[in-house]
Amino acid sequence: MNCQTLFKRTEEALRELHIEAILEKETDFQKIAFYGIMRTPGLVIDEKVAISGSVPTVEKIKDILLTHQSA
Amino acid sequence: MIKFIDQHPISATVILTGLWITLYAALQPLADAFISITGLTSGEHLTEALRFFVFEVPKVLLLLTLVVFVVGIVRTYFSPERTRKLLGGKSLFAGNVLASMLGIVTPFCSCSAIPLFIGFVEAGVPLGVTFSFLIAAPMINEIAVVLLFGLFGWQTAFLYMSTGLLIAITAGYVIGRLKVEHLVEDWVYQIHSNAAVMEEIVPSFRDRIQSGFGAVKDIVAKVWPYLLLGIGVGAGIHGYVPENFMAGLMGKSAWWSVPAAVLIGVPLYSNAAGIIPIVHALLEKGASLGTTLAFMMAVIGLSLPETIILRKVLKMPLIFIFVGVVAGGIIFVGYFFNFVY
Repeated sequence: MNCQTLFKRTEEALRELHIEAILEKETDFQKIAFYGIMRTPGLVIDEKVAISGSVPTVEKIKDILLTHQSA
Repeated sequence: MIKFIDQHPISATVILTGLWITLYAALQPLADAFISITGLTSGEHLTEALRFFVFEVPKVLLLLTLVVFVVGIVRTYFSPERTRKLLGGKSLFAGNVLASMLGIVTPFCSCSAIPLFIGFVEAGVPLGVTFSFLIAAPMINEIAVVLLFGLFGWQTAFLYMSTGLLIAITAGYVIGRLKVEHLVEDWVYQIHSNAAVMEEIVPSFRDRIQSGFGAVKDIVAKVWPYLLLGIGVGAGIHGYVPENFMAGLMGKSAWWSVPAAVLIGVPLYSNAAGIIPIVHALLEKGASLGTTLAFMMAVIGLSLPETIILRKVLKMPLIFIFVGVVAGGIIFVGYFFNFVY
């Protein structure tokens, strides 16, 4: 499933970047909708929607994580 | 190969397009060559069934690959966020028309039906307009339309698409007029998302092409076993079952066949690619066009899993209204075609 793939890839990206983070899988529709995500799977970093409706490669997720970290 | 596509998506597109055209042009000679190698006699049932199989499988796979690729690119220009913005505050009828058309091109998967529904309602898209979208999105599926085009010609594809739109527009409009807002679960109205923080990233052309390849990889990998099975069944019927086998059961003269096809079709669930070969076999064996199209629409347009998912946001009466109105529309279309043709 897409959501599991995204979860695994994000785990891998975090590990490769040596970022310590709490990664949670949210399946509650109310919470998902609260973030304004209309296409699953989505990735929310520090309360901000970073990915919605796609499963990027580990490399892309790393880029996204780094931009969020520097922001 | 996959690495090359990843790194040079645009040159890969050019090369693969050339390969695609060559293969497509060579389908019939290749199938005939295969038959002559096997040493089977032309005209026999087994030979013709095999010929059908080795011709149809690569043909349908090639068509599917092309369409999924092109639509994968087109979809990058439409997002649910943008569609929602276009539909917000639209008047009932114009909104229904627009929503049905956007339903065709906006990326949608029934697993996202809930977040999408909430997102639409929250942005002030009228309920009836939201339903037009939810009906059109799965039913008028690019896979269905192009496979219909490939196997039956543009008339059938056009009929399917235009009547699908008609059903989505009308059913959404009817639901809008019924004023059933109170039949949406209350919690839906209480959600106020912080959607404002979501910034939209504009993808480059390279990204878009890569999305096209990604779609091919995802969808073709998922769909090909159904295709093999479906065409296999088709091939089996092709050589063995008499031409008018289905005429009594699903022909024009059997007036009850349209509602029966819809009743059977609703609980069945298949992706568009899986149902096409069955449609093919039915039509070839004397089932009428209206009944067959109604069956197909009921299978891919109204699905039990999606209805169960929607129950989370819709109260039970509205679920029945939704299924009833759409099924009614499909039955009407079925009778209409049986009457006209």
